[in-house]
Amino acid sequence: MIRRILILLIMLLPAMPLQAQERSITIASTTSTEQSGLFGHILPEFARATGIAVRVVALGTGQALDVGRRGDADVVFVHDRAAELRFLADGFATRRDHVMFNDFVLVGPAADPAGIDGLRDTVEALRRIAAAGAPFVSRGDRSGTHAAELRLWQQAGIDPAAGRGAWYREIGQGMGPALNTSAAQGAYVLTDRGTWLSFRNRQELRILVEGDARLFNQYGVMLVNPQRHPHVKAADGQRFIDWILSEAGQRSIAGYRINGEQLFFPNATQPEPVS
Amino acid sequence: MRAPVSHLPLVATQLRYAAGGVAILHGLDLAIEAGPPLVILGPNGAGKSVLLRLLHGLIVPTGGNVTWSGEPGRPRGAMVFQRPVMLRRSVLANAAYPLKLAGQPRAARHAAAMAALDRVGLAGLATRAARRLSGGEQQRLALARAEATGPEVVFLDEPCASLDPAAARAVEAIIAGIAGRGAKVVMTTHDLAQARRLAGEIAFLHRGRLLEQAPAATFFSAPSTPEAAAFLRGELLA
Amino acid sequence: MSDLSLAFDAALTLVATGDETLSRIILLSLQVSISAVLVAALVGLPLGALLAVARFPGRHGIIITLNALMGLPPVVAGLVIYLLLSRSGPLGSLGLLFTPGAMVIAQALLIAPILAALSRQVLEGLWEEYAEQLRSFGAGTWRAVPTLLWDGRFALLTVLLAGFGRASAEVGAVMIVGGNIEGFTRVMTTAIALETSKGDLPLALALGLVLMAIVLAVNAAAQVARDAAVRRAG
Repeated sequence: MIRRILILLIMLLPAMPLQAQERSITIASTTSTEQSGLFGHILPEFARATGIAVRVVALGTGQALDVGRRGDADVVFVHDRAAELRFLADGFATRRDHVMFNDFVLVGPAADPAGIDGLRDTVEALRRIAAAGAPFVSRGDRSGTHAAELRLWQQAGIDPAAGRGAWYREIGQGMGPALNTSAAQGAYVLTDRGTWLSFRNRQELRILVEGDARLFNQYGVMLVNPQRHPHVKAADGQRFIDWILSEAGQRSIAGYRINGEQLFFPNATQPEPVS
Repeated sequence: MRAPVSHLPLVATQLRYAAGGVAILHGLDLAIEAGPPLVILGPNGAGKSVLLRLLHGLIVPTGGNVTWSGEPGRPRGAMVFQRPVMLRRSVLANAAYPLKLAGQPRAARHAAAMAALDRVGLAGLATRAARRLSGGEQQRLALARAEATGPEVVFLDEPCASLDPAAARAVEAIIAGIAGRGAKVVMTTHDLAQARRLAGEIAFLHRGRLLEQAPAATFFSAPSTPEAAAFLRGELLA
Repeated sequence: MSDLSLAFDAALTLVATGDETLSRIILLSLQVSISAVLVAALVGLPLGALLAVARFPGRHGIIITLNALMGLPPVVAGLVIYLLLSRSGPLGSLGLLFTPGAMVIAQALLIAPILAALSRQVLEGLWEEYAEQLRSFGAGTWRAVPTLLWDGRFALLTVLLAGFGRASAEVGAVMIVGGNIEGFTRVMTTAIALETSKGDLPLALALGLVLMAIVLAVNAAAQVARDAAVRRAG
């Protein structure tokens, strides 16, 4: 009997793709693109067009860039312009292209203790949250969203770290866990619209502030420099970048909708807006 | 089956053994020659089991030594314990295990093990789980297992201690068979009747000393020490 | 609790419809965890048996280390493997990071100490019973190890199941070294973590129920096999 089970186990193993045989590239990207379902929509089109499978490791932008720095991905596809430019300056990539944008929204409990509902000015909204000492959940994970949030606090002239232990709560996790935490605690949180639209556990959370130019969220793409990491699949990685910047790729991005709402807006053919 | 070269006599010289500061054997001299079974007699606590283990080489003496045909070589012979350990395997695999250790190929060791099982009347149970056997069957399997390698000396520690009379008779017959093939049987027992039936020679142990070593007939008819005489009358208990 | 009943409904639907994505994830989970158990057993069981029978200087230190390693946080194991397998790490040329192979290595690292420590305990009891008999047969320490492993097989199966349980329940390490790549390194636990972070708690819970059902089935199958074998071999 034991022998029969062993045989069964051993038969299970050869099916295992320990080393992938197919042609593939690895992209380090952000939770916002993966969890919003964008990749699930556009990657099959890319695979059909080129025969290249794409493996997405979804992390915060900071971690995704680290993965690229270590040479563990062929392409990085993230949203933190300042960090991307550092990556470029450090020679881990030789070129950065802007691909698409979406926007951040400030969500919070329907009860809105800080009274920010309907504001267009995010900076003013943050001032009111701090003044009210209303709970605010921060990603605290060096992600693009975290970086954007910190920039907004800076513009508001507030050091949120002073609220640590009280109303300012850094959880050091991805967008989803941050939204879950906010829903549970009735806290405010800055989120990208894509993750928000696909997020299911909203409870009392709703969008309170949107449409501010400062909430603009640009995504960029870079090929990891094969001079730094010779094993990088430069040709196939570049094919992905060429495709995502091409008309077909841009159209595919624009075609992704949740409940009829477009999540990402391709802008590769226009000059990059810099906020 | 017998080793072509004899390693007898087995000689113990000034053998001492102490455990936890308590002396169990006090300088014991014993010579074991080829021949009929040697039965080690003595009251409880005389040191019989310890003597068997020292002779077999399982434990190291505190003083003195054990030699096989004059050399202090490695442990020899096979031993059947009072409570033999049945490996969690089939009866056949148990009997074949010592041969496996000896490096015999599978087919040869299975054939030899089957022959050994056949001699103890267990051939029909070869595929059964050893631990499912009755006490008497387990003791017979232990004897077959000890016999499988055809050792020159077979040590038996109270081989019938917890068996019913029928099973004990079967085991005695097997022991007689072992002696019959020319192997030297060295066994302990507390059963005087069994000693009379099996022994060719008696070693009488009392409080860690060898008081007598004599042919069985002599020992039973004319013990030379008062302790042995008292033991034979059933008066010496410790 | 409507969330719980939603989760049960979702779990039943997932299983009933034979969702292809789910079955791929389940298959990969089983492959990774079973491979990890086999790899860890190859090292852990003989080490446990050796520690049970042999007495040598440093033995005590090894036992204490193993017991401590049983509490190794999966994230730490994951990080160590990540740094080793990263292209910038010493084993980077293998290209194993973000593959199922890396997940097997991480899980094996986590459970090998468990298998070694538990098998030592199990086999020490057996060795107490066997030691004199085996020495009488002339079996030295090295021969005693395979004998104990075979004769302790029923108890060791339970040890292996404990390892399998820990491996299949583990999320921190496989998340880091596997990357939770859809269709390639996504397993049950990382899928559950993903659905949780997407806020789809009923689906996450449903996947959790499916995972528990699988672990239960594996344990039950092993138990039935064990019982049948015990009846045969005693």
